[in-house]
Amino acid sequence: MTTATDGWETVVGLEVHCELATATKLFCGCPNAFGDEPNTNVCPVCLGLPGSLPVLNRQAVELAMRVGTALHSEVRPSVFARKNYFYPDMPKDYQVSQYDQPLNAGGWLDLPDGTRIGVTRAHMEEDTGKSTHVGGSGRIQGANHSLVDYNRAGVPLVEIVSEPDIRSAEQAQAYVNELRAILVATGASDARMEEGSLRIDANVSVRRVDATEFGTRAEIKNLNSVRSLRRAVDHERARQVALVEDGGRVVQETRHWNEDHGATSSMRSKEEAFDYRYFPEPDLVPLDPGPVWISAVAGGLPSLPAARRAALAAKAGVAPADVALVVEQGLDRLVDAAINGGADPRLALARAANEVAADLAAGLVLDPAAFTDLLRMESERRVTPTQAKAVLAELLANGGDPVEIAADHGFEALADDALEAAVDAVVSAHPSQWERYAGGDQKLSGFFVGKVMAATDGRADGRAVTVALRARLP
Amino acid sequence: MTEPISRQDVAHVAALARLRLTDDELDRFTLQLGAVLDHAADVAPLDTAGVPPTAHPLPLVNVLRDDTVVAGLERDEVLSQAPAVEDGRFRVPRILGEAP
Amino acid sequence: MAGPSGPLSGMAASSDGPGSASQIARAVRSGQRSAVDVVDEHLTRIAEREPGLHAFNTVLADEARAAAVRVDGVVATGGDPGPLAGVPVAVKDNLCTRGIPTTCSSRILEHWVPPYDATVVSRLTASGAVVVGKTNLDEFAMGSSTENSAFGPTRNPHDPTRVPGGSSGGSAAAVAAGFAPLALGSDTGGSIRQPAALCGVVGAKPTYGMVSRYGLIAFASSLDQVGPLAATVGDAALLLEVIAGHDPADSTSISDPVVDLQTAVDEGVDGLRVGVVTELAEGADADVAARLDEAVKALEAAGAKVDEASVPAATHGLAAYYLLAPAEASSNLARYDGVRYGLRVDGSDVSDMNHLTRTAGFGNEVKRRIMLGTYALSAGYYDAYYGQAQRVRTLIIRDFEAAYADHDLLLSPTAPTTAFALGAKTDDPLTMYLSDVCTIPSNLAGHPAVSVPYGTGDDGMPVGVQVLAPALGEYAMFRAAGALERSRG
Ligand SMILES: [Mg+2]
Ligand SMILES: [Zn+2]
Repeated sequence: MTTATDGWETVVGLEVHCELATATKLFCGCPNAFGDEPNTNVCPVCLGLPGSLPVLNRQAVELAMRVGTALHSEVRPSVFARKNYFYPDMPKDYQVSQYDQPLNAGGWLDLPDGTRIGVTRAHMEEDTGKSTHVGGSGRIQGANHSLVDYNRAGVPLVEIVSEPDIRSAEQAQAYVNELRAILVATGASDARMEEGSLRIDANVSVRRVDATEFGTRAEIKNLNSVRSLRRAVDHERARQVALVEDGGRVVQETRHWNEDHGATSSMRSKEEAFDYRYFPEPDLVPLDPGPVWISAVAGGLPSLPAARRAALAAKAGVAPADVALVVEQGLDRLVDAAINGGADPRLALARAANEVAADLAAGLVLDPAAFTDLLRMESERRVTPTQAKAVLAELLANGGDPVEIAADHGFEALADDALEAAVDAVVSAHPSQWERYAGGDQKLSGFFVGKVMAATDGRADGRAVTVALRARLP
Repeated sequence: MTEPISRQDVAHVAALARLRLTDDELDRFTLQLGAVLDHAADVAPLDTAGVPPTAHPLPLVNVLRDDTVVAGLERDEVLSQAPAVEDGRFRVPRILGEAP
Repeated sequence: MAGPSGPLSGMAASSDGPGSASQIARAVRSGQRSAVDVVDEHLTRIAEREPGLHAFNTVLADEARAAAVRVDGVVATGGDPGPLAGVPVAVKDNLCTRGIPTTCSSRILEHWVPPYDATVVSRLTASGAVVVGKTNLDEFAMGSSTENSAFGPTRNPHDPTRVPGGSSGGSAAAVAAGFAPLALGSDTGGSIRQPAALCGVVGAKPTYGMVSRYGLIAFASSLDQVGPLAATVGDAALLLEVIAGHDPADSTSISDPVVDLQTAVDEGVDGLRVGVVTELAEGADADVAARLDEAVKALEAAGAKVDEASVPAATHGLAAYYLLAPAEASSNLARYDGVRYGLRVDGSDVSDMNHLTRTAGFGNEVKRRIMLGTYALSAGYYDAYYGQAQRVRTLIIRDFEAAYADHDLLLSPTAPTTAFALGAKTDDPLTMYLSDVCTIPSNLAGHPAVSVPYGTGDDGMPVGVQVLAPALGEYAMFRAAGALERSRG
């Protein structure tokens, strides 16, 4: 439904807030930890007590620079600014963020299908505390009162703002998946949406496919998973298209995604004016990482998903999109080792993407040599595909030597003469079916393969049986 | 420099700053702020083309600390100063709007 | 030794006098005097005169005696309590003191008890000093008379019908009344120097970044600086040496080593080039101008070369200051919202509660400055007001640099007038603001300046002369301050 077959194009820009994986908060030495007792990781600084002052965490800067470098941003001299607005979960009633001089400016990210999405900026800022709403349904609307925990206040964030280059809900999802993979690969964040360490706001608008101007956008908040992002973009697109086709007008506003109702709704309550009155944070001095630090970060960056996809695709002789899943799961090193060991690239990819990915925790520590041996056994028909999957399952569960495992299960590859004998026996046992098969009824191929498999307890290779059958045709 | 500050402007900044003013206060503050801004308007005609702004009197850059945990405050001490507390958290009246 | 009513009964204590901080510390460290005696003597003086002056928001009699006992204990066991052993110090009530209310003279913080000490307070304690009380100030240090205190004004010890200046009026009055030989103040636009001048004591604002701001409740962060008030120049130098020095908890703290300022006090001014700032001398009352002339002659007599200097942009200091300082203040004071500490006035929802709390908790001057600053930063006005003021700040720094190209120090009156009567300027904020016209430029530039008492005006009230220096020019500054003090005998 997000394809442009109805004459409308979806335009999406995403703002992703990501908590950085530091030991301490952005401006104080309190632990950056999730799930602790409320208000136990606090100090004068992150509580905004009168007289307290911030001091910038070097590691937070380092991680933010890694993110920027991975996104091909220009890492620049930057200045922290105060964003002023009142909110009870914000201890100082201003947020220390970056405004006109962000640390990372510009950049891009390539999706697995090759689409390039522009990055406007990736700036540093501090997180807010967390409110729990009491009474009513437990949501903010209708609550009786709220309770605030400041453990999260001051946790370092990087806010990654994309250009409005995304054209569908699927692409939005792909962008977030790719971004998440980059954040994890760089060690910048664990990027767990379920723990709130990755949070997404989506700016969505629609326009006629031939339009050059963007439509008015709505900002959608409360997207708690990649799935809700996808649903919300689709829903918002439909809402805006219906609105405009009905002669209405999209209003620039913030809308709340309701997961249960599958719909967005306007967040405007009492009209409140916001004017953030940004100005340079006088309690901090400018940040200028300089060429030495910048190149050290660039030099220390691990190989990123896009590069890993390109490398593996080239090696396997397939398209980058075909290796996306394996790279996303971090199984590319396993596949790479298997190909180096002489395994068939496509078979290695297939087994990694299916059987290994299904048990990812074990897959990530699977012995590459054992995996390679198994793939070669399968290619050389020493075990059948069915047997190979059984051996792989055991390798994932307990490790071991694939040759021994196959032997223990009696998964000896059927000797060629044994196979020929089995085929002969089956053919002579079913003369009328053979006559029809020989007469050109291809459907009976399956019948004969099945019979041979049954007669050999599954030890025959299906493809070898087919070959043997064909060889007996007149 | 610009228009003199109006009663409406004062009402707007009071709202941004979460202050409530009576009608009398609004009148008085409009006059007083107008007088200060009128004096401040002295800086308007100065030719500052090409003059960089000074946000800070110091030429310092890159003041950073190590990412090492430092003991914070005891929760009981923190909450002892709070106007209202429930379940180890700061209790506030209902919040009408979500964060912007 | 100052009499029971302190320096008022005679001359201010000289550096060597028995009542000076350095003399007290020497006597206590050597075991000649007990810290308990020293503290009791000052507490007695406080008990006698404080009710008529209201220098303090809180007198810490029990805590001070306990601290004095500890100091004496260290001496008794052969230890050294430090350079301020047993010296009573009054601390401005915008510096955080753990377990002791810190109010900023505001209803909104009236019952707040900080869980931590300001860095300067820790350094005082570590040097053996005894904090005798928290001094009154204009609410959140916004004012020039201490009349903006929510808890009532402080009165000038030289004439209780007059203001002590502000915002560190309580600290200046405490030193002038002999309640403590030393006090800490904070100076954003003159808040140490102007009350020091009006109360006849020494007050210094150090180079921005020389003294930690950690635990100083912010008014305007890029201008605020903690500094000493003292009865003598030597004591001001001693206290500044104790509180100065790098603090990793303050990102704007400089790491330059602390210099030996006490040596500077006695060094003399031979060969120093001093310029009288024309633009700052202009608006002073005739009697104040006459004292400045005498100060010039005294410095010349002591071997300095004095001429005129010009800092043209300084005339715009006041205008720039009243855009920049309120802008920062409007943000710094947002946190007083009734959620985490301090006053709360209950409301129907959290925004209503914020409004009611702030409306009840802040006085009119604070509200004025919050609104002024909010306006200066708001959309559509930023460039014309805040942005332009920041560029004027650059111009002032450049003009100072030009003046310091051929001068070591500059000289001006500290305030254009002597202490005025209580209530004289409370209805006209702009006139009140003009009392800081000579002191503001140093804050905008981040430079040090010190006010030294220099005789009295026609009304018999103290006059102060201000010595200005370039960044980190404290050594030369204290040379001149010492010479000025000696020239009055
Ligand atoms: Mg943000
Ligand atoms: Zn903290």
